[in-house]
Amino acid sequence: MGNTLYIILFILTMGLATLATRAAPFILFSKQGEHPLLVFLGRYLPPAIMLLLLIYCVKDVNWFVDKGGVNEIIALSVVVVAHLLFRNALVSILLGTGLYMALKQGVFSLF
Amino acid sequence: MTTSINSALKITLPVLFGYIPMGMAFGLLLADQGYAWYWATLMGVFIFAGAAQFMAVGLLAAHAGMFEVAMTTLLLNSRHIFYGLSLIHNLKAKGWRRFYVIFGLTDETYSLLTAHHASRSFTNPTNQNDNDEGQFQFIITALNQSYWVIGCTVGALLGSIITFDTTGLDFTLPALFMVLVIEQYKATKKVFPFAIALVCAVSTLVLFDSSSMLLISITLTLALLLGTQQLQTKGIMK
Repeated sequence: MGNTLYIILFILTMGLATLATRAAPFILFSKQGEHPLLVFLGRYLPPAIMLLLLIYCVKDVNWFVDKGGVNEIIALSVVVVAHLLFRNALVSILLGTGLYMALKQGVFSLF
Repeated sequence: MTTSINSALKITLPVLFGYIPMGMAFGLLLADQGYAWYWATLMGVFIFAGAAQFMAVGLLAAHAGMFEVAMTTLLLNSRHIFYGLSLIHNLKAKGWRRFYVIFGLTDETYSLLTAHHASRSFTNPTNQNDNDEGQFQFIITALNQSYWVIGCTVGALLGSIITFDTTGLDFTLPALFMVLVIEQYKATKKVFPFAIALVCAVSTLVLFDSSSMLLISITLTLALLLGTQQLQTKGIMK
């Protein structure tokens, strides 16, 4: 029961935080008065955060041991190439994830 | 009304093909953690954000506190703050429909709404009724969310019925961030935000333990970005 309450609170918190970021431009920028600092952060914080999150996701890979990180490098390269070719986010993600799952689950070692 | 639903269906078709498998991947991951299928449905209904929901699987597993959940979500979705600028004057929906469209502004909904507005003003400038356009924006958002909720639910149901080897499925999250890094670079055409982030991430990982990486490296990044802005406004750095 404690777990049910936790997940309900969790969903509400994440839902409200998401709504806040989506409503922010309509509240902050709807009139004039765009503060240059806000505009600067609005433009350059997201690219920095996206790279931080990417690094955060792969930080627990054992990069320097054995074949550590090879699967990740191959799959991420496929994501980059697919995205530069087709520029369809969902296609790039699904291709990369499919390949990564195949690599991790040893599909290719059968051949 | 029927014609606008038909044309909205046609426009949202690419999103359908993306949201169903992505939603299913999320549902499978959540079911894998032992959560009942309806939690995936509820998250699709009340959160409706791909990256945040994938992040949620990890946060739930770690039993993260609400402050951490809120901070992570705010930072994760901070990219929306700048996206929304292009829509401020083009969002025609009114009242509760307007609120719903803002609630449902995912990356994909944004790109459909902005692309559709641009093409409509070009091809049909006279027959541009704000009321119709608002109604149309509402339908697009609702269709997109229904695809996402169906995907989440089907994935979670599948995951609770059959055992599915989800090893590697969590790669959707780094793959998503890789795509967003490319998109952010194409939008800003600047290297310095990435350079700052890289330096901050690596030094945090070396100096501190990796579990507290996110908060420390984000604080460092924010400080360095503010410094850069000050240098730029003083004309010291271009």
